[in-house]
Formats: sequence, C-alpha cells, structure tokens
Amino acid sequence: MSVPRGRRALLTGWGRTAPTAAEVVHAVHPQIVDEALDAAATAPGGAGRTRGIVARGLGRSYGDAAQNAGGAVLDATWLDAIHHVDLASGVITVGAGVSLQTLMERLVPLGWFVPVTPGTRLVTVGGAIAADIHGKNHHVDGGFCSHVLEMTLVTPTGTTSVSPASDPDLFWATAGGMGLTGVITRATLQMTPVETSYLLVDTERAPDLDTVMDKMLTGDADYRYSVAWIDCQSTGSRLGRSVLTRGDHARLEDLPDRLRLAPDRARAFVPRTLARVPITPPSGLLNPLTVGAFNEFWFRKAPRHQVAKPHHMTGFFHPLDGVGGWNRLYGGRGFLQYQFVVPDRHGETVRRVIERLSALRLASFLAVLKRFGPGDPGPLSFPIAGWTLALDIPVGFDRLDVLLDEFDQEVVAAGGRIYLAKDSRVSRAAFRAMYPRVDEWLAVRARVDPDGVLQSDLGRRLGLCAGTRPAATATGRTARAGTGPDRTPPSRPPRRKATGGTSRTRSPSTSPPSPERTGS
Amino acid sequence: MIDAVGRPQSVLVLGGSSEIAQATVAKLVPARCRTVVLAGREGPRLSEAVDRAKALGADVAEAVAFDATDIAGHGAFADRVFERFGDFDLVIVAAGLLGDQAADEQDPVSAASVLTTNFTGLAAAMLAVAGHLRRQGHGRLVVLSSVAGERARRANFVYGSSKAGLDAFSQGLGDSLVGTGVRVMIVRPGFVLGRMTEGMSPAPFPTTPEAVADAVVHGIESGASVVYAPPVLRWVFAVMRHLPRAVWRRMPG
Repeated sequence: MSVPRGRRALLTGWGRTAPTAAEVVHAVHPQIVDEALDAAATAPGGAGRTRGIVARGLGRSYGDAAQNAGGAVLDATWLDAIHHVDLASGVITVGAGVSLQTLMERLVPLGWFVPVTPGTRLVTVGGAIAADIHGKNHHVDGGFCSHVLEMTLVTPTGTTSVSPASDPDLFWATAGGMGLTGVITRATLQMTPVETSYLLVDTERAPDLDTVMDKMLTGDADYRYSVAWIDCQSTGSRLGRSVLTRGDHARLEDLPDRLRLAPDRARAFVPRTLARVPITPPSGLLNPLTVGAFNEFWFRKAPRHQVAKPHHMTGFFHPLDGVGGWNRLYGGRGFLQYQFVVPDRHGETVRRVIERLSALRLASFLAVLKRFGPGDPGPLSFPIAGWTLALDIPVGFDRLDVLLDEFDQEVVAAGGRIYLAKDSRVSRAAFRAMYPRVDEWLAVRARVDPDGVLQSDLGRRLGLCAGTRPAATATGRTARAGTGPDRTPPSRPPRRKATGGTSRTRSPSTSPPSPERTGS
Repeated sequence: MIDAVGRPQSVLVLGGSSEIAQATVAKLVPARCRTVVLAGREGPRLSEAVDRAKALGADVAEAVAFDATDIAGHGAFADRVFERFGDFDLVIVAAGLLGDQAADEQDPVSAASVLTTNFTGLAAAMLAVAGHLRRQGHGRLVVLSSVAGERARRANFVYGSSKAGLDAFSQGLGDSLVGTGVRVMIVRPGFVLGRMTEGMSPAPFPTTPEAVADAVVHGIESGASVVYAPPVLRWVFAVMRHLPRAVWRRMPG
C-alpha cells in the first residue's frame, strides 16, 4: 500500500506558542496508523535520526506535546468509533479519538459519566491517557488511567493490547507518556454511574489563602469534586482570596421539581457554545488592569456561602468550553500554563508562588488550586498527593523565563513536579529532578521504540526521543558532503503486523550504542 | 526546540568569529542553548570562540570551516552541518566585511569582494540553510544587516549597498517562509564599537556587540521580524530616509 501522505500544516498547542510545521496524516482508518509509523521510521531527519511521528487529538495540550516539527503528526480524532457499551456495568470500549464531550453527550442521559474530566471536555480519550489527566475528583478517584482497563497501542515494534495486568510497565509508561510509547488507538474504560446531569454544589468565598487551604485540608474529603479559584492579584491581607466550589453528583430526588418531575431534562447533556472569540486581539488585552477587574467581578459574583445548589455539569466542570477559541484572548504571542504539584508538607511553596505573582502584578486570570490524592504508578504521570496550582500566564511579560525557572527550583526543592501536558518551557535538568523515574520510563520506551520513531517537539526539547539503537548514519563525521536530500535512512527491520493480541519483534543489534542526540 | 518563551537549544553561526554573534551565544548558552556550531574561517579567533562557548557550558561546541565566498560549496556545507548536528533552532548570519570605502572606489575587485561576501555569498548560504530549516519545520534565521543598508550613503556606499541587498533579500526570504514554521529576523545595528570599527570615529548612537546581542535575544523572544540596535535608530532612520539627497550625501563618514 502506498505511504499515506498528508499536508504540511503549522501546529501549536492550546497556548499558541512556538508553532512548527509537520505533515498531518489523517487516521481515517486504523490501518493508516501502522502505515504512518512505517513511513515515519524511514524518513531521514539529520544526525542519523528519522523525523518521527506523534499522535494528536484535539490539541488541548498547552505546549508542544502534540507537535512534531518536520515529521508526521497523526490526526487521531478520526478514530472516533464507539465500539462497545455495556450499560449494566458502565464498561465501554471506544476509539482513542473519541472526545470526552461525545462520551458525555451519549452516555450521561443513559446514566454514565466519564470517570475523570479536566477543565475542558474537548479532549480525546487517547490524549487523556497520554497525559494521565486529572479532574476535580483526583483526591477521591485518582487520575484518568486508574479507570482504564485496557488499551490498544500501536508501537514501532508491533501492535499490542495492554492492561495493567498484562504489561504493567508498558501500561503505566503510556499513562502520562505523552504519546511517546506508541499510538493509542482504542481504550476500554470504566465509567462512573450518575442519576442526573446535575451536581449539588457548595460555594464559599475565602478571604485569604490560609483560609481556603485550611478549608480544603479539613473539608475536601467530604466532597467528590473540589476546586478553588484564586485571585492572584489581590495583595496584603487579602492575598490569595478565593472562591471554593465543591460538590457531588445529584440524585434525581435532590433536584427541584421542574427537573425531578422531568427526568429526561434532569439527565440531558446538550453542550452549547455561548460565544466565540472571532479574531485574535492584540497581545496585552489581558493585562493587570483587565484581569484585576475580572477577578474583582468573579470574586464578588460568587455567593458568600451557598449550600447544595444544583449546577449543570457543563457549567461546573467546563465553564470555558462555552467560549469557543478563548485561547485567542491572549493575543498573537499566546500564553502558557504553569501547573505544579507539591507534597502536602510543602504547602508553603503555593504561598510563595502566589506571593511572587501578586507582587509582580502578573496577569494570571485562571489560577486554580486543588488537592491531589495519591498518584498512580506511571513514571511520568503528573499527580502525586498534595497541592496543585495551575496558572495561565500571557507570554510577553519581561523575564517571564527567569521567573518560571525560579518557580521550577522551588518546586524541585519541595519534591514536586510540573505537568507535561501544560509545559512548554521547562529545562531538561529541572524535568529530570521532578521526574526521578524517567530512566525507568526510557527503558520501557527503548523496548517498544528502539529506533526513536515516536517523536514530538516536547520529547525533543526534553531529551526523551533519542533512539537507543544506533542509527546507520550517526557517524559523527562530516565527510558525507553533497548527499543532499537522498540521505541514507537509518537501517530498520520491517515491522511485523500483528493480527491481534501481543506481538513484538525485536531485531538483533550488533553495532555500538549511538551517542545521545545533542541537538534540540 | 525553541520553547514558548523563545529560548533556542541549538545555534549555528555563519561568521562564527563575529563579535555580535559571540556576544549573542554568550547570552544563549546559559539560557538552555546546548549546541553551538560556529562556522567561519578557521583560525585562532574561531577556536577561541568555541572554547568560550564550551566554558559557558555548551554540551556541544564546535567550529566548522565556512567561506561565504565559496558559493558553489554552500549546498554541501549546509547538508553536512545539518546531517552531522541535526536540527538547528537558530541560525545567525553574521559574516561580513566592512571594506575600505576609499580603497574600494579605486579598486573594483576589492569592492566586488565586499559585495560578494556580504550579499551574494550570504544570500546563497541563506538559501542553502533555509532549505534545511524548511524541511525541519521550525527555526529562526537571524540576519545581521545594518542601518547602513537603509539608504546608501556617499561615505560608505559599497558596504551600505551590500547590506541593502542582504536586507532586501532577507525580507523576501522571510515572506517566502511564512507558514513553514521558519521565521526570519533582520537585525539593523548602528555603529558598533568593536574590532571591525577600530580606529574609526563613532557615528551618533554608537552601540556595543553586547547591546546588539541583547536586542537579538529579545527579538527572538518576542518574535520580531526587524530589530534595531539601539532601538532609537528605527525612528532616526525613518527620518533619514527622507532627507533631501543634497543633505544626505554630505553626511560624514
């Protein structure tokens, strides 16, 4: 069959920073995934490497995780089939390109909700696994991958069905592995039973950071979902004033009559886009003044204290999904998210970061604080028990690079880490200090992708993409002048197509180990 | 890869012994740039520059031979460095000759060598490099032009016209690369105090290689397409362009 070829397109993450061009291959059929991996394995990329391939879902990673400059990017949103639904047990098998929004639209009316949802429902199941996403219920339910029973992974050495029992190393390396251990094409999940599409929510304002952290420490265990919005611009005694919202799924009997007596309405899930950002305004629209005004409004709009108020899922979980393309509000230079987690005993780190932001009057209008429960076994999975703070920051603030490097040092010192799905700038050294089990992860990757075919801008930036098998042309010599575009691709055995179940081919490797790729 | 705040991890310099390029490298290496490849005329100046990059902490710092006037060799040169080192996030085009205006006016061959180095040679080298950048799907091409190219001046029109050509070429090349992930940034310094201008009396608003390097780094961060160093020259030259010719040609050297 012919090699699938796509069109070159300029891609960015949700933060719209650092665009790079890649060939977008549409995974119109699952078989294309295999072919695209084969093609990517032989496309020469300089320094003896191929240009590689990575899967992309709905592009909600903020940084460069789903970009692959000069190589192939597999548009996995095509893999959107719902293969099997067991309404009795809530176990579903779906294509990795299915969005959480689709799952909610289809299954909430039938009584099943996704086990974990991030702040947007516009993510794919594959992306949710690759980033091991978390939600407001992490302190109770853990991360997304804790609810994944099995997945189909297409790797450069074969297609395999992976469960936590069948191959725990590969399963957990893929959970949070940012797509660099294979292309996830299908997953089986355990959904969460719900009676309605509403939640009963308690909302309270907290006048300062200590109060909100104290309330969360003592009270979060009583709620399935909990999150605090923090005003990072307030100063002095009001530093870290917050709005804390916590709740759980509403039963039918909890709802007011107009819903209780109309169960179809009580279970309806019809997301609407209320507005759309039609153009990209100049950078600087979100500045300390406008963000300060927004924060003041947001804080005052919240009720001082409100108990068991029914909120629809869409508004409670995904308020920003109501505004199409809200990421454009940050202007042409884009923005970045800085999200870190530190263990409980280092809650002070959260305070110090908020103090710095407040002192600098840095316009972060989405600052979100929540507590994580224990993490799962993934070496690159983000959550660990403790506090996590997420900040939206427009690019353009002078010396932002230095500020965030300082935050990294604070986080490392506290034994914490930052979230790769949001990262677009961490240093290799800081990353290694944050994820001390990275070598374990690299060993699993070496097993399934010895040639380094799975590549992304994020992986290259952080040094995760080097192949372990020596490439034929990585000789370190400059004598090969004039070879032009017809450079010899690295030698590579043909992939064996699996017919089902697990099948891996390993090729014998006799040459000496290749030098670690040192470029970007 | 260049990160979200504009920090490159690898740089190739054409004209590796340029003081401005070296000052830029000195700022980039502490900010994550791990690979520094300095292309230029081999000699003590270039190897000292490599040593400095190593001392700053670059994982890879190497010199490679490059002669801007070896136009036929540019394609092979670019193939070689990209094959050997892989992608470059940043390519700085810094080679150049100031020439000696008075002598050059008397000696067409020496005038032509200024033009060949500064314009023809670099333009060809940029095309060769741009092909690789286009293929890798990302990267910044930073071109050291000059305000002297904004309007050719009686006192230095050989150098000025070479920079005018390079500048115009770079603008067009930048436009041709829109949508490829590659961006071109043109740097127009004023009078730079340094080796190249030793013994000359400084023009108004003189600057230093370090200050130009700051402008380059800041321009990369902000995604600028043209930067002036010092920035005030943007406005100075907006006026100068429109001075009557009778006044302009009397501008002192």
